[in-house]
Amino acid sequence: MKHVLPFEKPVVELRQKIAELKNFTSESDVDLTEEIATLESRLERLEQEVYGNMTPWDRVQMARHAERPTTLDYINQIFTDFLEMHGDRYYGDDEAIVGGIAKFQGQPVTVIGHQRGKDTKDNLRRNFGMPHPEGYRKALRLMKQAEKFNRPIITFIDTKGAYPGKAAEERGQSEAIAKNLREMAGLTVPVICVVIGEGGSGGALGISVGDRLYMLENSTYSVISPEGAAALLWKDSNLAQKAAESMKITSYDLKELEVIDEVIDEIQGGAHRDLEKQSESIAYYIKRSLTELNGLMTDELLDKRWEKYKKIGAVTSVVQS
Amino acid sequence: MIKDIFNKKRKYATITKQEEHEDVPEGLMVKCPSCRKIYYRKEIEKNLLTCPNCDYHHQMSAPERIGHLLDEGSFEEWDQDLVSENPLQFPDYLKKIEKDQKKTGINEGVVTGKGTINGNLTAIAVMDARFRMGSMGSVVGEKIARAIERANELQIPLILFTASGGARMQEGVLSLMQMTKTSVALERFDRSGGLFISYMTNPTTGGVSASFASLGDYNFAEPQALIGFAGRRIIEQTIREKLPDDFQTAEFLFKHGQLDRVIPRHEMKGTLSTILEIHQIGDGIK
Repeated sequence: MKHVLPFEKPVVELRQKIAELKNFTSESDVDLTEEIATLESRLERLEQEVYGNMTPWDRVQMARHAERPTTLDYINQIFTDFLEMHGDRYYGDDEAIVGGIAKFQGQPVTVIGHQRGKDTKDNLRRNFGMPHPEGYRKALRLMKQAEKFNRPIITFIDTKGAYPGKAAEERGQSEAIAKNLREMAGLTVPVICVVIGEGGSGGALGISVGDRLYMLENSTYSVISPEGAAALLWKDSNLAQKAAESMKITSYDLKELEVIDEVIDEIQGGAHRDLEKQSESIAYYIKRSLTELNGLMTDELLDKRWEKYKKIGAVTSVVQS
Repeated sequence: MIKDIFNKKRKYATITKQEEHEDVPEGLMVKCPSCRKIYYRKEIEKNLLTCPNCDYHHQMSAPERIGHLLDEGSFEEWDQDLVSENPLQFPDYLKKIEKDQKKTGINEGVVTGKGTINGNLTAIAVMDARFRMGSMGSVVGEKIARAIERANELQIPLILFTASGGARMQEGVLSLMQMTKTSVALERFDRSGGLFISYMTNPTTGGVSASFASLGDYNFAEPQALIGFAGRRIIEQTIREKLPDDFQTAEFLFKHGQLDRVIPRHEMKGTLSTILEIHQIGDGIK
């Protein structure tokens, strides 16, 4: 494995050791089968220990893992006949957001998601998955089209945030996101949102208003990055780890805060360890949601969507003297 | 290198300076931060808190704004009883809220209710930058969402004055979700034909700018108000470029087609009154 996160180092080292021993056994007369078996059972225990006790900071790193599957990886696994559509019709085509039409188990759908790059060159093209206004406007155009043709919408959320740039401000980054929030609220087709990596603030929200909101186990959703929070709260970005703990940004935190519907279990060691299997478990939730939502009348769908968001918050009423 | 950036930030974040700035208007005399002329506090209060010399718009509190804009005695306040919880268990968060409640006399960063402007009935929500810098937590989102719902039920317009640095960090993702909550409420209001006027004042940034502030049937702003999505310093660090002086001012947004009008405070009541009247005539025809 090319990219090893600090907390999983013991696991990777042990796995390497086992590989070495196996190599040695096959190339020499010495039989190490017993030793290997012992180490393998130890590896199993260690993996459970390491991956079963991940701290919020571990999850932040996992969500940012260089090999973590992206929107297009999942689209290719979960959908068939995907045809990407481009451009917002006003300014340009923002490749930090991808979208198009496809089939999900035979049913026509529209799929949209943030798209990070896989390497430096790809990242430059995708602007590191940080959209400009035209990205949000393209997404909205595709969603309106889905509504016209009565196709459910599935979105994948994976961004550090909307791009903080001069051109983005000039072209109305705020307006583009705000408009998506409002328009998505009124879409007359089911909308299912899945956070697959980082859910960075308003830039994530801009394509994540819907009837169901799921998070992969090791994804995050936050008002500000841990680094940003640390800089603002304690004037020290090195305290990001502490911020990750206190800001409640993991999938389990959001489930507890009743912001998301469900945590989607991840493959042990992270989604990148088995893309196919991970895609299957995401598909399961999409399927289940569609079955629940497909039968709803428009009014019912929209009322339920409002009820869903209406209750989010921590508010108390006190009788004033 | 990254450390350097945040060291710089320390200089910007001197809290004492801000307190000084806020303390000054409480005294007898006020110094205009723009032209440096010194006035009696009463003198600029009479002038809608704008500088008689250079037209600088001083910060206006929510109660002051409502007092100036609505017909005398017409205001009926909503949801004064709502207060924040501490969902992330941030140390001293509730103490800070209490302190701001004492300082401002209001329960949270927005005052909502209904009243009349030159006889035209409207719902109104006014954010107050003195309260936790006008940041939006659960209570702010809840009060605004409820104001939208009530305007919808009563079939009256809604005017919303924004003054906010964005989502409130101490409530984490719950603050972020208030952007969605208010926008979903606005969609329902929009769908039933409700009139929503957004009036942005200094500052309107981050999550507030990227939700209800930008969703008016009419989007207005006060002169020189700072309005934008991302912070200026973050943008400068990202694009490694010096930004123009007028970047993210009301005038900059107007130039880029993001605002219907920039309206000086002296024209606020007259303009809003005209719009409310025009829409009432429209309703009559319907």
